[in-house]
Amino acid sequence: MKLVVCINHVPDTETKVKIGPDGKSIDRTGVNFILNPYDEFAIEECLRLREKNGGEVVAVSLGGDSHKETLRKALAMGVDKAVLLKDEAPRDSFSVAQALADFIRGVSPDLIFLGKQSVDSDDAAVGMMVAEMLGLPSVSVAVKMEVDGKTITAEREIEGGHEKVECSIPAVITAQKGLNEPRYPSLKGIMAAKSKPIEEVQPTPAQPKVDVVAMKKPPAKSAGKIVGADVSAVPELVRLLREEAKVI
Amino acid sequence: MKILAFAEQRENEFKKSAFEVVRAAKTIAEQGGGEVLALVIGNCVAAIAPILGGFGAARVIVAEDPKLATYSTTAYAKIVSEVAKKEGVTHVFLPASSLGKDLAPRVAVRLEAGLASDCTALTVDGGEVIASRPVYAGKAITDVKVTSAVKVFSLRPNVFSAGSSNGTKAPVETSTVPLSDADFASRVVNVSKSEGRLDVTEADIVVSGGRGLKGPENFKMIEELASALGAAVGASRAVVDAGWRPHDEQVGQTGKTVSPTLYIAVAISGAIQHLAGISSSKYIVAVNKDKDAPIFQVADYGIVGDAFEIVPALTQEVKRVTG
Repeated sequence: MKLVVCINHVPDTETKVKIGPDGKSIDRTGVNFILNPYDEFAIEECLRLREKNGGEVVAVSLGGDSHKETLRKALAMGVDKAVLLKDEAPRDSFSVAQALADFIRGVSPDLIFLGKQSVDSDDAAVGMMVAEMLGLPSVSVAVKMEVDGKTITAEREIEGGHEKVECSIPAVITAQKGLNEPRYPSLKGIMAAKSKPIEEVQPTPAQPKVDVVAMKKPPAKSAGKIVGADVSAVPELVRLLREEAKVI
Repeated sequence: MKILAFAEQRENEFKKSAFEVVRAAKTIAEQGGGEVLALVIGNCVAAIAPILGGFGAARVIVAEDPKLATYSTTAYAKIVSEVAKKEGVTHVFLPASSLGKDLAPRVAVRLEAGLASDCTALTVDGGEVIASRPVYAGKAITDVKVTSAVKVFSLRPNVFSAGSSNGTKAPVETSTVPLSDADFASRVVNVSKSEGRLDVTEADIVVSGGRGLKGPENFKMIEELASALGAAVGASRAVVDAGWRPHDEQVGQTGKTVSPTLYIAVAISGAIQHLAGISSSKYIVAVNKDKDAPIFQVADYGIVGDAFEIVPALTQEVKRVTG
């Protein structure tokens, strides 16, 4: 079974975001970057499928040299091969998906995994765009999946419930928290990952269809009213919610 | 400007987001000069379609088939994009719901269009739509412009006002997009609903509990308060990771971003990821023992005190005044 997992290198969720000097992106100074949290579930699912069915897992990331750090983490977790689509030009989801789809076409995998979204731009779009560009069926936001021969049965989260989706291989799956419990890289894995090569490939040039005009901080919320320090404050809180905020 | 508004339905009932999307499209079309065409996909949905006229749709196209009763990413994407092409629309609006987030990227690719996803505000500037969309779970907001000929936008549910219907019934036409079995390459074979549970992304009120509740059994009082308020139950990452609550209740940067009218955080200190995920709530109430908890920095109203005493009293008081 040939598996491709697309991964991203994103600011740690602990990051306090500051707007950069261009007014269109974040100030990266001092920001710690990590493997996108949802991509860990995607990598783990690939490793489990390989352990069950044999085959190869290729991790691919689009970005600058800094993405090598994240590719090394994927290698340390156990992927077989790491590829950097080296390009730092700003991209929208469409042009990220284009670069990934063009790369994946040359690999012809059985399954393609991504995290359900990157926690930087939060578009949650690249996975389904890749599927459409490759003309493949898909399951997004998967919390459970089984592969039986050529058939995939997966569960995806919807509002207030779950949908069971069926499709055939090859397909694109985007991983949601709950799909599995990602492993920690072993010390041996970390050591081995250091010497593994990372292949560099020139991706399809960026042709974004969405321009960022400006980035700003959300309007600052000021601390509100402390209504009280015990049960006696409850009637006043309910009164405020009813009469001042008018929300209940 | 001609806008195609995708109106989402489940079990032949429109989601609230359907009206929000049609209304937002109408507001933009009025500013940009143009009209709104709505699209409904499902089985036997023609009967419910005309009411979209009351929210601003000049016409409604319905695509009906027994196989469309449940969602199919591939078939729905074909219908939306083919209708958009045939009608020569310039903009496509969809909800950024679980269905819309799955569908919009495929529609964008088929239309060679840029996608602005999960928008929380739309304005028109010199005939162009400028979309505001939160990034980094709401720690920053970007204003974006789509530069392709056709432009696709998905709108965060619960943010845009649907307003009330003016009672107009829109004329309904049937889609002529042909579908074959191959178009159903991905298909939903079963839908399981969590009975009586509201989703945190859709609810007007969310009551969330955190680690300060000490154990999963103590979520009973959160559920009781939520029930008294008609609210959804949410949870902090810490309690989801501890296995006290299901993943789909997690609110925050690696969970769900919520936009309720009222968010009540009980025994949640307010990690930066959690605060980001609730930042588009209209009102925030915090109940926490620690007066220095970061949650109080963003709360409109707070009670510094023991959740185990305050929450049951709050439930009683809510029942008393609303009952």
